[in-house]
Amino acid sequence: MINKVVANVEAAIEGINDGMTLMLGGFGLCGIPENCIAALVKKGVKNLTCISNNAGVDDFGLGLLLQNKQIKKMISSYVGENAEFERQMLSGELEVDLIPQGTLATRCMAAGYGMPVIFTPAGVGTEIAEGKEVRRFKFNGEEKDYLMEHAFESDFAIVKAWKGDTQGNLIYRHTARNFNPMMAMAGRITIAEVEELVQPGELDPDQIHTPGIYVHRIFQGEKYEKRIEQRTVTKK
Amino acid sequence: MLDKNGIAKRIAREVKDGMYVNLGIGIPTLVANFLPEGINVELQSENGILGMGPFPFEGTEDADLINAGKQTVTLLPGASIFDSAMSFGMIRSQKVHLTILGAMEVSEDGDIANWKIPGKMVKGMGGAMDLVASAKNIIVAMQHVNKAGESKLLSKCSLPLTGVKCVKKIVTELAVLEITPNGFLLLETAPGVTVEQVQNATAGKLTISEHVQEMVI
Repeated sequence: MINKVVANVEAAIEGINDGMTLMLGGFGLCGIPENCIAALVKKGVKNLTCISNNAGVDDFGLGLLLQNKQIKKMISSYVGENAEFERQMLSGELEVDLIPQGTLATRCMAAGYGMPVIFTPAGVGTEIAEGKEVRRFKFNGEEKDYLMEHAFESDFAIVKAWKGDTQGNLIYRHTARNFNPMMAMAGRITIAEVEELVQPGELDPDQIHTPGIYVHRIFQGEKYEKRIEQRTVTKK
Repeated sequence: MLDKNGIAKRIAREVKDGMYVNLGIGIPTLVANFLPEGINVELQSENGILGMGPFPFEGTEDADLINAGKQTVTLLPGASIFDSAMSFGMIRSQKVHLTILGAMEVSEDGDIANWKIPGKMVKGMGGAMDLVASAKNIIVAMQHVNKAGESKLLSKCSLPLTGVKCVKKIVTELAVLEITPNGFLLLETAPGVTVEQVQNATAGKLTISEHVQEMVI
């Protein structure tokens, strides 16, 4: 059995250097690789290009890397929760590519599925279509324009899962799943931090969301804060 | 004139039994509070939920269970969880029957702008561009005029577009309108609102339906 376990988070992010492109899982603060992000802040790598749906909040998630001016470019779909992000973007300090959420997800998926391009209708006729090839296809009962978008490539993908085994098989929990499975498949090197690391055989093969073939390094994380951005409740 | 809940209440009447529905952030999320009695509907959340339920009771919030607006939610019996690629796959392949979202501006051709005010507000488009480019049925919940009293129903949008020629129906605090090859068509006025008020508030081309009536909420 192939063992993917690394000793700790420092070993997990070994080889991540200045100027690299990283994919980071998570939707808002849900399912983010908290330990790796903290370790990247500590390591001080800079000029990073980060592909991640959101930018965390000012003082948590990717917001920590932004605060520390470690990110050169963000590729995201929504950054509204982070005022520092918006400020850096509007001032020109931070390069930003805002792309449709579905396009972001599918460009990661394409990379993981070995397809160099995808065609999507999202953004046709808007400013994000500028400079992109547009093709008309007859499909699904209608004829319409599609934008050609390229698969994302990254030096490292950093994902967070609920459970994983020593072979790198991963299971996600609830909406902490989001972008993690596609990014795990797409990363040139994939790092997985899990809440619980188990032995091979403990995970039911039918329940595995990400087969271990996609994961290069796995470790059990600790002290997950799992912050809630908007605690909304129903009154009893 | 309707308030946010009024707009949501009127839109909820458009939701039919057996529909899979995506509700955007803002007023559209309120639609969930007014779904008609006795119909079965599943709410889709773009971050990976079918069968999204109401907010949890205090003390039972789960950090791993949020909606597209990053609010804590619950799951109804029969709910399913999936990843973001599958989520947008079901949106793009039109398995989601109805999309309800907000707008800053809509044009008489059905163009919609709701993601960017250049130099001021650039939060990002999130799933909006995917939704408007794919959905067969799009209902927009929006304010008819802005705080300065200027119309947001225009002949051409001035703000960066989210999608082109995609909006079919709009509900505002003043009216229910459809987009036709002839521009905006007024179908219903809000309680207490006159046809003339709607005309004055609409900068784009507007025709009045011969069956125009007051909204029944």
